[in-house]
Amino acid sequence: MTIKHADEYRDPEISRKIVEQINNLSKKKIRLMEVCGTHTMSIFRNGIRKLIPDTISLLSGPGCPVCVTAQNEIDAFIEISGKPDTIITTFGDLMRVPGTGSSLQKERAKGKDIRIIYSTFDAIEIARKNPDKRVIFLGVGFETTAPTVAASILSARDMKIDNYFVYSAHKTVPRALFALMKTEGIKIDGFILPGHVSVIIGTGAYLPFFNRFKMPCVVAGFEPSDILQAILMLAEQIENKSPELKNAYTRAVSFKGNEKAIRIMNDVFEQADVAWRGIGVIPGSGLKIRDEFSNFDAGKKFEIISKDSKEPKGCACGEILTGLKTPVECPLYKKICTPVEPVGPCMVSSEGTCAAYYKYHNGD
Amino acid sequence: MCLAIPSKIVKIENNMGIIDVDGVQRQASLLLLEDPKVGEYVIVHAGFAIKKIDEEAAMETLKVLREALAFAEKSEPAG
Amino acid sequence: MKTDRILLDHGSGGKISHSLTLDIMLPVFDNPMLSKLNDGAILNIGGKKFAFSTDTYVVDPIFFPGGNIGELAIYGTVNDIAMCGGTPLYLSAGLVIEEGFPISDLKKIIKSMGAAAAKAGVKVVTGDTKVVPKGAADKIFINTSGIGPIPDDIDVGCEKAVPGDIIILSGTIADHGITVLTQREGMTFTSSVKSDTAPLNHMVEKIFSSSKNIHVLRDPTRGGVGTSLNEIAEKSNCGIKIYENKIPVKNEVKGICELLGFDPLYIANEGKLLAFVSPEDAGKVLSAVRKDEFGNEACIIGEVVPGHPGKVFLETGIGGTRMVDMLTGEQLPRIC
Repeated sequence: MTIKHADEYRDPEISRKIVEQINNLSKKKIRLMEVCGTHTMSIFRNGIRKLIPDTISLLSGPGCPVCVTAQNEIDAFIEISGKPDTIITTFGDLMRVPGTGSSLQKERAKGKDIRIIYSTFDAIEIARKNPDKRVIFLGVGFETTAPTVAASILSARDMKIDNYFVYSAHKTVPRALFALMKTEGIKIDGFILPGHVSVIIGTGAYLPFFNRFKMPCVVAGFEPSDILQAILMLAEQIENKSPELKNAYTRAVSFKGNEKAIRIMNDVFEQADVAWRGIGVIPGSGLKIRDEFSNFDAGKKFEIISKDSKEPKGCACGEILTGLKTPVECPLYKKICTPVEPVGPCMVSSEGTCAAYYKYHNGD
Repeated sequence: MCLAIPSKIVKIENNMGIIDVDGVQRQASLLLLEDPKVGEYVIVHAGFAIKKIDEEAAMETLKVLREALAFAEKSEPAG
Repeated sequence: MKTDRILLDHGSGGKISHSLTLDIMLPVFDNPMLSKLNDGAILNIGGKKFAFSTDTYVVDPIFFPGGNIGELAIYGTVNDIAMCGGTPLYLSAGLVIEEGFPISDLKKIIKSMGAAAAKAGVKVVTGDTKVVPKGAADKIFINTSGIGPIPDDIDVGCEKAVPGDIIILSGTIADHGITVLTQREGMTFTSSVKSDTAPLNHMVEKIFSSSKNIHVLRDPTRGGVGTSLNEIAEKSNCGIKIYENKIPVKNEVKGICELLGFDPLYIANEGKLLAFVSPEDAGKVLSAVRKDEFGNEACIIGEVVPGHPGKVFLETGIGGTRMVDMLTGEQLPRIC
């Protein structure tokens, strides 16, 4: 039995043939950045780095939402968890991220009510069942997640649930690409653009970026042949010196994206200038809750004042997120910073580049 | 994390769907979709269906991939 | 780990649990039988070898598709003794029960412990029951210990793998862990997955009557096959190569793993074993395992390779290679 729309793209024969095509075509030494953390994971889990020729280097970009969350936001999450009569709800990834003095996981061990959920609807359900508690969802993620959080706020309003709050640390991808290109020392020849962010925003959302920088760009799915196909298309563009904005994931991504989801996201959130770990403040790259919904805004409700937190000393997460360094070039990697005792978020999140290197890379 | 596997909608009730991957069923909100129908494959993220799979585009992609395979096999001995 | 409190990670069976054993337990209790850190201890009493093992069961929920905490507690210890090459004979059972626990549930659990002991061919010969105030324990916890003689000609251990050994896995992986996980609050899956809880001692008997060249036996419980293989690679100071395509995973289990971002290699099993066998006997041992009622899906999943001491490699479905590390902590469901 096969899983439709998945197993077809895992056929080893097809992958092998695409690799052969890449081998035949690739002459120049090129550096491609996969922007999305799930691509990073899939590349490692499938052993794609070992399959492609040495001419092609794959860099992992700022596409793991937990990894790019600024230190002061992590500290804010931990601060919120200390409020009385509060239940914190979060997706699993945030639990272990070290803040300046603690982590959500350590706070839970101390007795704070912190629950891992699978969907924002679980948080609403918890709020409904615990009317005397304040239920706060820690909103981390890109355009894929933001509409689901927006939908939860709209539902809470319709259901007249007044003890559900969201702390929004959402970020948007295209603006980060602009910022990335302006980073000093950056050396990228092409981008593997995220799959499910693009499902929502559509390939059209990258046009301003493409028109400005004329960088080879291909939107990719997550199965091995999807990623290999995107690498092939990028190599072709670079070898032929004909940069294009292409879509290798047409079964899920259209030019306009999911217009309903975009509308819901824009109804609830508006653009804001926010800081990304390792990149700094990127104008208009964050999503804050509109005033109209301020009753649901945990940041406002609990007067969380963003502290001026410092990123951990010696941690190269910032440079790793922008492709300037690989984890093995970080002085802390594997020595002080390990998944057991992570220093920076790239080692914590299972999609973080350092964690992926640690787990799957054998050092050669 | 993004979920690569699409799920099939098997039941719809008030904007909530029961979706199925290979016999595993769970609920997903259909609030972010226009006009979802039973039998359609969807991409799911954090408990929400976020996109229907475009069956025609999927067929086209597979055709291209398989043609490349067939062509490569014809033009060289299998190794 | 720099924390002054126990985290759930410390109980995951991975690296963090390991550090707890090494840093806190081993220095105090240090002795040659313990320091091997196998599934059970191998004792020498009056010139005869015995396997002795203990385990505590805290599974939540206590009843799950395919089994319950009582059955699990019997089979778990039976299997630990069997993995040492021992023939499990006698078990003890210690119960910690929370005030208010339904007696009908207790009866059900004890009854299935009795049936499990009969199936495995062991006797529960001593026991203890404690009741704690409501909230001081979660429903019921069970400890079992067991002992069994090891025949003179059997010598297995995690440190005994050698290059060339063929690795046999007795069936599909991740069934137990995924079943329990999907029963937890907040998980809204419906599926027909069941725990694989089963006694493996009869399978082990069949293995030993088919070959004398068995080097390692291991039941990949907490931490899964990935963690067990890492422990074997480390203790035997050898490299291990496995093949993704050869590792059987039920479709539904695979589906749930993908949905949650879990790697089945790190999910617990309660009725599976890994056997490391000299290549000349691999065929015989494989058919012996397949003859057992719990081993009919057994297959060869890899081999011990020269070089790369302490490392486990996996050839991926599309022919790439990656490392399989030990599990670090509790696998947390990832969404974004």
